[in-house]
Amino acid sequence: MLRSIALWLDERLHIKKLFESTAGHKVPPSTNSWFYVFGSGTLLCFVLQILTGTLLAFVYVPSTSQAWTSLQYLNNEQFLGWFLRAVHNWGSIFMVGIMSAHLVQTFLFGAYKYPRELTWVSGCLLFFCTLGMAFTGQILRFDQDAYWGLGIGASVMGRVPFIGAQLVHLMLAGSTIAGETLSRFFTLHVFVVPGLIIALLSLHLRLVLTKGINEYPKPGSLVRKESYVAEYEELVEKTGVPFVPNVIGKDLIFSGFLIIAIVTCALVFGPQGPSGPPDPTLIHTAPKPDFYFLPIYAILALLPAYMETFLLLVAPVIGIAILVLLPFYSGTGEKSYRRRPMAVIVVLLAFLTAGLLAYLGTYAPWSPHMEAWTDASTPAAYVKGRTPLQLQGAILIQNKQCRNCHSLGGDGGLRGPALDTVATRLTRDQLIRQVIQGSGNMPAYGKNLRPAEVTALVSFMQTLRPSYEPAAMDSTQPAIGR
Amino acid sequence: MTDTNQTSDCGCKKSNTIKDASAQPVSRRNLLLKLGAGLNAIAAALIGVPLLGYVVSSFTKESPNSWISLGPLEHFPEGETRLAVYRNPVSKPWDGDTAEVPCWVRRVDAGTFQVFAINCTHLGCPVRWFQQSRLFMCPCHGGAFYEDGSHASGPPPRGLFQYQHQIESGELKVLGGHLPTLAEPLREDA
Repeated sequence: MLRSIALWLDERLHIKKLFESTAGHKVPPSTNSWFYVFGSGTLLCFVLQILTGTLLAFVYVPSTSQAWTSLQYLNNEQFLGWFLRAVHNWGSIFMVGIMSAHLVQTFLFGAYKYPRELTWVSGCLLFFCTLGMAFTGQILRFDQDAYWGLGIGASVMGRVPFIGAQLVHLMLAGSTIAGETLSRFFTLHVFVVPGLIIALLSLHLRLVLTKGINEYPKPGSLVRKESYVAEYEELVEKTGVPFVPNVIGKDLIFSGFLIIAIVTCALVFGPQGPSGPPDPTLIHTAPKPDFYFLPIYAILALLPAYMETFLLLVAPVIGIAILVLLPFYSGTGEKSYRRRPMAVIVVLLAFLTAGLLAYLGTYAPWSPHMEAWTDASTPAAYVKGRTPLQLQGAILIQNKQCRNCHSLGGDGGLRGPALDTVATRLTRDQLIRQVIQGSGNMPAYGKNLRPAEVTALVSFMQTLRPSYEPAAMDSTQPAIGR
Repeated sequence: MTDTNQTSDCGCKKSNTIKDASAQPVSRRNLLLKLGAGLNAIAAALIGVPLLGYVVSSFTKESPNSWISLGPLEHFPEGETRLAVYRNPVSKPWDGDTAEVPCWVRRVDAGTFQVFAINCTHLGCPVRWFQQSRLFMCPCHGGAFYEDGSHASGPPPRGLFQYQHQIESGELKVLGGHLPTLAEPLREDA
């Protein structure tokens, strides 16, 4: 009975044919590998994001005056609202992570080479769309960081020559960060970019079916345009196994663990934010991006000013071009990472760079500690047995906000050098010059300190050295009575 | 192709007629296809042009700057720099808090003012005023500005953006209405 119903349905819907050409298509048995699970993992994250995102949109209000409040409502009032926000947030973090793994794996396995150029290109575009989702999603969490993050985005756009002002207006949907800005980002996050992703994903999956999945590369087996397609077809013909049910097992296990990991993170760490309300008059804030953008945040702080605009505007274009066009300048030859040392080095360097920059971004040593001048204490040893003039200097070093950038006893800003041993590095004259004229990243205090204050400040700083290390000496002025 | 058609054993007449029909410059089908495509091009323009106009309106519009009061002069003691807030002149009912824009007002003497945008010229973060060291400092990347708004140190490429301002019937007014960026600074800077 059931069988006859199934046969009847199949006669109308051609399910068997559909299955054989999609989920049941034949793949090389070598692809039954734990390295081949990241693509389906990314897809699963995307489905999860659509599901949780749609449910969040039931409650979220995309209005500048109420978005923040509706997020608080989701966190605290709506039944399981906090859980959905947490899953959506962790889903995005895992999606970017797994997608990066997929990118690295296909790069190292030479999967981008002939004839899968478009699979690679569409995958790269999917990667950029996903980062776009991460950025726009961060704006929808409409809090202080989102508000000032938009200001940063507008400032970057404002550096584009000729059309900078227009780009700022396009991004903000007007001349200021206001009502229409959030609506614009909501539209991008909920309609435009997901639509693009679905379109690109269809192409990506279609290409995986038409051009086949990359076989596990054998070192020394080179890709030649004349013979590759025939070789691959023969391989699939002779040894191929259906993806479902033979190969999908590892994907299923990975996907299961992935969901468990996302839910665990959501349960343990909870939703992210929102931080303070998006009120621009609350200026005591230091905006910070979500972790995916920490490397960019860090590089903006660390670049020398003269190359900043160039690198902000030109380097991403070059970087994206190198990545997307990869199969067009390296489309044939060796696939295995075992014989592509440069590819391995590139991946390691990219991870080291991004990781280091993200690490620096987490504690941002370039940002002054705006409250250090009142918060940070002075180590007792530095003020014990000092003269009144030196003590006056110790007070000035607090009152003039020096501590916002300079630390004493490990407490204070890291923007400038720690002052604990400054007397071993700079002579009295050099200290005075540095305070009055400043240099590089230090403002000149000559305008803002009276001569007596400079004297007191410098006399205190001259005491800042360990007893076992001599004070700095001017080499042109031999120590006569110093 | 022609050869195969002529040598085919199914009667060459038929294939010849088909060939002749398709070679005709305007067939009925051809005409309808062209008409249809043309009609749809017009239809697409009818929809597309207004859609495009709707989208690009946000960045072809001039910034709607207008004069806004920051309050009576007594709010700003001589020799001091104070935070002032104005309501964005082009705000919408759903703007909420974002319509309130802060700025720094420095009163040099009785009749001399400077009004600075809150946004650092580096990447737009809110700068804070420190009375004691007479500096504006930015919390993001450590840019610093002197009390007159000029660049003191750090990555900012220029001094603070300054509002055009005037004193009218005992009130300080500024010309505001857009977020200052390097591409579109405030009027006073130009």
